[in-house]
Amino acid sequence: MLRLEKRPQPSQLWTYLTPLVAVIATMIAGGALFAFLGEDPLVAIRTIFWDPLFSEFAFYYRPQLLVKGAPLVLIAIGLSLGFRAGIWNIGAEGQYIVGALCGAGVGLAFYPIEGWYIFPLMVLAGAVGGMVWAMIPAVLKVRFGTNEILVSLMLVYVAEQLLASMSLGLLKNPQGFGFPGSRNLQQYASAHNAELIAGTGMHWGVVAAFIAVIFSYILLNRHMLGFHIRLTGQAPRAARFAGVVPARLILICLGASGALAGLAGLFEVAGPSGQVSINFNTGYGFTAIIVAFLGRLHPVGILLAGGLMALTYIGGEIAQSNLGLPSAAIQLFQGMLLFFLLAVDVLTNYRIRLKQREVA
Amino acid sequence: MDISSINPILLLASLIVAATPLLLAAIGELVVEKAGVLNLGVEGMMITGAICGFAIAVNTGSPVLGLAAAAVGGAVLSLLFALLTQYALANQVASGLALTLFGLGLSALLGQGYQGVKPPAFPQVDIPLLADIPVLGPILFTQDPVVYLAFAMTAATWAVLKYTRAGLILRAVGENHDAAHALGYKVVRIRVLAILFGGACAGLGGAYISLIRVPQWTEGMTAGIGWIALALVVFASWKPWRVLLGACLFGGVNVLQLNLQAAGVAIPVEYLAMSPYLITILVLVIMSADRSSAPAALGRSFHASQ
Repeated sequence: MLRLEKRPQPSQLWTYLTPLVAVIATMIAGGALFAFLGEDPLVAIRTIFWDPLFSEFAFYYRPQLLVKGAPLVLIAIGLSLGFRAGIWNIGAEGQYIVGALCGAGVGLAFYPIEGWYIFPLMVLAGAVGGMVWAMIPAVLKVRFGTNEILVSLMLVYVAEQLLASMSLGLLKNPQGFGFPGSRNLQQYASAHNAELIAGTGMHWGVVAAFIAVIFSYILLNRHMLGFHIRLTGQAPRAARFAGVVPARLILICLGASGALAGLAGLFEVAGPSGQVSINFNTGYGFTAIIVAFLGRLHPVGILLAGGLMALTYIGGEIAQSNLGLPSAAIQLFQGMLLFFLLAVDVLTNYRIRLKQREVA
Repeated sequence: MDISSINPILLLASLIVAATPLLLAAIGELVVEKAGVLNLGVEGMMITGAICGFAIAVNTGSPVLGLAAAAVGGAVLSLLFALLTQYALANQVASGLALTLFGLGLSALLGQGYQGVKPPAFPQVDIPLLADIPVLGPILFTQDPVVYLAFAMTAATWAVLKYTRAGLILRAVGENHDAAHALGYKVVRIRVLAILFGGACAGLGGAYISLIRVPQWTEGMTAGIGWIALALVVFASWKPWRVLLGACLFGGVNVLQLNLQAAGVAIPVEYLAMSPYLITILVLVIMSADRSSAPAALGRSFHASQ
């Protein structure tokens, strides 16, 4: 039998190795899944992980890597701050929606005026919208001790209904021949989050994601607040003796993650998606949870994990059209990745030893 | 708008139907949490149970076999959670989220080809004599057998937790796993069994939605009921009878908003559809002031070395 023995200190080696081991294990298990679905596993894995980058049509897919990766990284960076401190915001999907609604609402309110100030105002509205939505669970937790996991999640469903209501009502395109959905922001120059360099997929959201990575790195490694966040996660009691005010930390972590999720929503609605519509949200807020863990809650790790996850999105779409693989298979694949990661993670804190006999 | 078109007796009868999946999932989760484990994967286990039950019921033509398959499906999925949290000592919050994401994907994959299929009908069982009582009879005693099962399980859970040795040990493990371990109880084994029970209950609850309440299969059809079940356990202060009360309350809200939608009230449909979630938040706020009844070891990993 096997026995776990606690390491005196978490293993540095395994901290870096676990994401790799998890990805390889997921590829093997995923391959088995695809084989079960009647696909050649090697072809399926190659389609998902290799073709988007190196096939003959890669010039089309590579920009998508930035487009899909940016919202994931942006949201995951925000989530990682809270996760490190043991504050679980799992309603990023809702904050993403509300950010998009607020930002698009501001943009549409100016239509058809053109002006340089419109897009910055939209960005601000998106961030504030997401932050306000995240402040609901934060304030309720601070004031009444409500569980932030449940409240933030419930607000996702509320936000989805709000989105439906907005795209059928207030924000509906008056010249849209009765179809649900707002005006297309891509056709409104002042509000369009256009590609900064044509053909690269590089838009303001990508820039924001890189800035968020850098800021979060500095915050966590060089700033007192970052130290307090890490301390609270590792030793809540010690943190209180060190003068950390838990309530303030909850407000900051949830507020920041909400603002970043709102930004992600705004950049998406003003850029790649273009309009507010009923099925605007595609689960980035939930996938970002996997990204945050896969990146070990570390800014640089999240950047890499966001890229990998974006790859599975794009590869999944290719596999869907070329191999007829169902889209749910990719969702399952992403869920599996998180499972393997959590399972392999035990090796960071524990050693596996052979057990001689039962003593306890 | 015509509110008078809503029949109160039919409304209350459908309230019970709406409450049953919540009740099943929440009773399962209550036992899990009483053992000191926080399994946030209820939604994933429910939706997996929903599709397992649906597929087996359609293929065999037997709704009873479908329910059994749903319980097994939910339990198997929860076994993954048990392996992660009890043996690999993974974070329970993260593992529960993983379970939900995984379950949603798995169910969508399994459910391909079952969209628009009609499952075999479940017979309604009128309890003799009791069903003839005016008002109460049609509401409580002309339901399907799963409703009676859910009520019986609530009573059984209450009795087992309160009056039996097994219940005492389960609670001890949930309150202080180190003390329970020192007394010689197998903490991990007891927790794994509790998790499996919770998974089976959630699976049953999911299958109730896909086989009886709706009855058809659509992707993501549980629509947050698993999460509401989690909130319900907090609302109930970890007490089985209060879970029943809460389930009826939430079932009532849901049925009422659906009836108001159908009756064409002036409030837009989307705002009515929000109401169960908003009320869940409201209830959480009211009930969260008192955390004293939560199991003391809730959400903490146990390893014999510590």
